[in-house]
Amino acid sequence: MRLWLVVLAAAAGTYALRVSFVTLFGRVDDVPSRVKRALAFVPPAVLAALVLPELVLYGDGLSVSLSNDRLVAGLVAAGVAWKTEDMLATVVVGMGALYVLSLVP
Amino acid sequence: MTERRDFLSGAWDSVPTLPANVPFGFVAGAAAVQAGFSDLQAVAMSALIFGGASQLAAIDLLDSGSPLVIVVLTAVVVNLRYVMYSAAIAPYFQEFRSKWRLFASQFIVDTTFAIAVTEYERDPETDRLAYWLGVCATIYLGYVLGTAAGVVVGDAVPDGLQLDFAVPLLFLALLVPSITDEATGIAAAVGGFVAVAAAGLPMNVGIVVAALLGITAGALADVAEVGA
Repeated sequence: MRLWLVVLAAAAGTYALRVSFVTLFGRVDDVPSRVKRALAFVPPAVLAALVLPELVLYGDGLSVSLSNDRLVAGLVAAGVAWKTEDMLATVVVGMGALYVLSLVP
Repeated sequence: MTERRDFLSGAWDSVPTLPANVPFGFVAGAAAVQAGFSDLQAVAMSALIFGGASQLAAIDLLDSGSPLVIVVLTAVVVNLRYVMYSAAIAPYFQEFRSKWRLFASQFIVDTTFAIAVTEYERDPETDRLAYWLGVCATIYLGYVLGTAAGVVVGDAVPDGLQLDFAVPLLFLALLVPSITDEATGIAAAVGGFVAVAAAGLPMNVGIVVAALLGITAGALADVAEVGA
């Protein structure tokens, strides 16, 4: 019962976030162009905020060196993403790089 | 039939997310049953919340005995970034009938948002609703079925596979093409570095702060560029 409460409350809260601007903007005729411009920065800012900590934080601290397998694999994957703009290739090469690096002592 | 074609191309364009998305669902399902969720509760969690990071955060807190209010609040805070996606995608959803807008909103996540907006920008002729439903069919079903598999397999996942790393790789594959000029580069740099610096803040609030600062920095750089 407790767990259902968590699932339903979190789902309702999350849905409210998702639907917020979609319904708001449905009521106004025009989205100001300045707002539109600012929203173009949402993907790079959010995605970088999600990715970078995963690559450079290890345990409780910062680890920026070639001995950080996830950072190196991430850099390789970033190169693939830049060259190919292909999601599958990026994920496959990045995972492959991580496996290869974890074999290197 | 352009609707049918656009639905299928949305579904197809989203296939590359599956190698990251299905394991993410799998991990969420396995973690939930390990934390004491019933099979049905674990699948319902993915189907209703549809946000892996927030689900894992909630499971983690439940495991450590946090009060339910904190668990729910944390799950919602981790998902705060969906407000930004909601705002960014709202202009494209405006043409839908209102009940379709309400339905379509449930499926807003990082990947569905990024794939759909990329296509809407690339080809204004695309049937937006059909394309969106195609994208969501692949990603949502992949995630929920991945969760079901995780529920079935439970504890038997070897940690050595490090499948959790597929998640940042997927975000990286979406991040790189989103950086198209100096201003978007600044937005990404600020977002990334602030997130690292703020990683110690409770409840993953650092991600939200980092994103807002990144967006602000990008917008300021943009204004400076135009003004120069």
